[in-house]
Amino acid sequence: MGKNVITWTVRVIVYLGLLAFFIWVFSNEYLNHLVENFEEFLVLLRQHIQLVALSSFLAIAVAVPSAIIVTRPKFQRFEGVVSTVVNFGYTIPNMAILALMMGIMGIGFQTAVVALFIYSILPIFRNTLAGIQSVNSNLIDSAKGMGFKPYQILFKVELPNAAYSIIAGIRTAVVINIGATALAYLIGGGGLGNWIFVGINVFDNSILISGALPITLLAITVDLFLRLLERKVVPRGARPSTR
Amino acid sequence: MGNSESTFWRVIDYFQNNIDWILELTVEHVVLVGSAIIVAILIGVPLGIYLTTNEQLASTVLNIAGVIMTIPSIALFGIMVPIFAVINQGIGFVPAFVALILYSQLPIIRNTYTAIHNVNPQIRDAAYGVGMNTWQRLFKVEIPNTIPVIMAGIRTAVVLNIGIGVIAAFIGAGGLGILISQGITRGYHEMIISGAIAISILGITADLFLRFLQRLLTPKGIS
Amino acid sequence: MIQYKSVTKIYGEDVTAVDQVSLDVNEGEIVVLLGPSGCGKTTLLRMVNGLESVTDGDILFNGESIKSLNEIELRRKIGYVIQSNGLFPNMNIEQNVTVVPTLLGWSKEDKKKRFEELMELVGLDAEDYRKRYPHELSGGQQQRIGVIRALAADPPAMLMDEPFGALDPIIRERVQDEFLAIQRELNKTILFVSHDIDEAIKMGDKIALMKDGQLMQFDTPSQILQNPANDFVAQFVGKDRMVKSLTIHRIEQLMERYELLDSSIEKGQIATVSKSSNLRDVLSYILESKQQAVHVVNENDEVIGQVDFALVNQYMIDLAEKDEPVVNP
Repeated sequence: MGKNVITWTVRVIVYLGLLAFFIWVFSNEYLNHLVENFEEFLVLLRQHIQLVALSSFLAIAVAVPSAIIVTRPKFQRFEGVVSTVVNFGYTIPNMAILALMMGIMGIGFQTAVVALFIYSILPIFRNTLAGIQSVNSNLIDSAKGMGFKPYQILFKVELPNAAYSIIAGIRTAVVINIGATALAYLIGGGGLGNWIFVGINVFDNSILISGALPITLLAITVDLFLRLLERKVVPRGARPSTR
Repeated sequence: MGNSESTFWRVIDYFQNNIDWILELTVEHVVLVGSAIIVAILIGVPLGIYLTTNEQLASTVLNIAGVIMTIPSIALFGIMVPIFAVINQGIGFVPAFVALILYSQLPIIRNTYTAIHNVNPQIRDAAYGVGMNTWQRLFKVEIPNTIPVIMAGIRTAVVLNIGIGVIAAFIGAGGLGILISQGITRGYHEMIISGAIAISILGITADLFLRFLQRLLTPKGIS
Repeated sequence: MIQYKSVTKIYGEDVTAVDQVSLDVNEGEIVVLLGPSGCGKTTLLRMVNGLESVTDGDILFNGESIKSLNEIELRRKIGYVIQSNGLFPNMNIEQNVTVVPTLLGWSKEDKKKRFEELMELVGLDAEDYRKRYPHELSGGQQQRIGVIRALAADPPAMLMDEPFGALDPIIRERVQDEFLAIQRELNKTILFVSHDIDEAIKMGDKIALMKDGQLMQFDTPSQILQNPANDFVAQFVGKDRMVKSLTIHRIEQLMERYELLDSSIEKGQIATVSKSSNLRDVLSYILESKQQAVHVVNENDEVIGQVDFALVNQYMIDLAEKDEPVVNP
């Protein structure tokens, strides 16, 4: 009984906090900037989504195949080196990568795409690698013994059983990417980060909230959507809870 | 490629000429991240341990921490600035400090909770069997056995916070992000690149240091 | 059907895992490769379907060198079962069982029909299990699925690498019995790896006992137990090898050499056994009933004579003296 009370208290406090936040936002008319500049909002939103989609797509297209390649027997000796590099890369903040790319490529949409793309590679690559490596070697042995060809082992055994991990990596990457894209404004990439930085610079809470709230909702929504996709795509037997 | 070569030397020059200021910013950065992490540990580890006794609350708290984690950092800053402006702390150290504590919670709580939760029941039984009370069990058996996992959570949080600390410079919290924010405003490439390099070095150093600390704190018998 | 011709396997520079092994597996026979861990039995098995390469010598499958055959096609003709069952967690039971037929491009109807046949073979309800996933099944059920998956494309031969090793003793025995019943119907040629002498005696038509990559003895279970070729074999089969060998001889076999004793005591006062009982059970009944002998009955439950301790003893001594052990050179 006591434990239930604590749980419910925490939940109620969180919901009340959220409610208070929205009441505060609306009573101060902080979303007015968004309503009054709705056309501009849509342009910024479209830029934002374009940046995220393009860089994420490129990152998936590069990271998944490279992780597959380094787990092939022929290339396995490179795997240690690659993993070390990837782990080091993970400790480098995304802002540093954006800044470095700007130093090298100057400002603009392309710089933003390249920087976001580079940063998104890491989580996807790492999770794909971990997913494929965690596939039980007995399964591969069985598959070989039953006469699977190498590509059949990859597509029928390894990838389906690594799917959960791969999609989780993509989800992490995309969600981080949505946030990183907000910074892309700084290097001329556009997007909803525009209003946040302008808001900070001119001390205008309305502009600030009109940028920050939609980005937050976008990140949470995309996260939820990808979680749903995860449930749809991953075979029931290959989910971690069932192993 | 003569151009990139000269950029390289200009960055080296910039470092040499501004080394004192860069070190000062580094200290600011470390203080911001360090103080936030200490508070985060003081909240997160006991909370994580408590959650092992209350499953229902555990899933609620982990869900909340998970949602906070998906909020982009600049957006969270953007939301906190007006909130803290209510108590006249809108720009500067306080919103950054609070945001960093919030972001640290998921890795720290989750790792502590899962680690303690997964302590081999036989070890726990044995602790009862030799007559330990709950606190003795916690400090002599459960925590020592879970140090690697808890430390891994703290390491994740630190590395994450060093990155987010950079962005905090844009809301006036100081630190190495200053090199980037000012560099961008002034179109000063050497400054930006120096900032990016300094931050990367800080991130990698912190990670290595914490790995070392983790090894030091882990009892010998645990791999 | 499977012939090893002085097969040798050397890992790296000089680790000899299999040393000049020759043995023939005839059609419809179960040959158990038996030995302690690291003796090379699994390597020997995995060389047949090319999961391990052959360093020297050759293996013939249906008279053809496996080196001349297409590896992928060869593997699809040989069923393969491993200890941890190797079921694919991402596929449901039907997809798992019909995975080789799928590779071979069977039609949907054929696959469905085959799945139902196979499930019936192991007494599992096809409809019930079709859409379930491996993790939702018990260990024994998973292993049964592993076995019928290997049978799916009706391969003439099967390789089984400690297929029942992960099961607990009671379940293991049940699955072994089931498998033997299936084998009596299907007559597959089977190579079976085991480290358990009791399993080998039970499952094998012949046993190949290995040590350090070398074949110590290749013979029927009865010969291995009664006439071990050397000290290692004797030690491996255990001090109770004579008791074990009692399990593979039945009263019927004894009756081929000896007359049963007269049944002078009334049926009912002493224990009764059927003539298909093994000799170990016979002794066990004699001891349990605290009498000198047991009645033997035929299929119609009619007493046809008696067996006593001395008769069993005589039979076993006779066997051991009569047959010469077959030793691998």
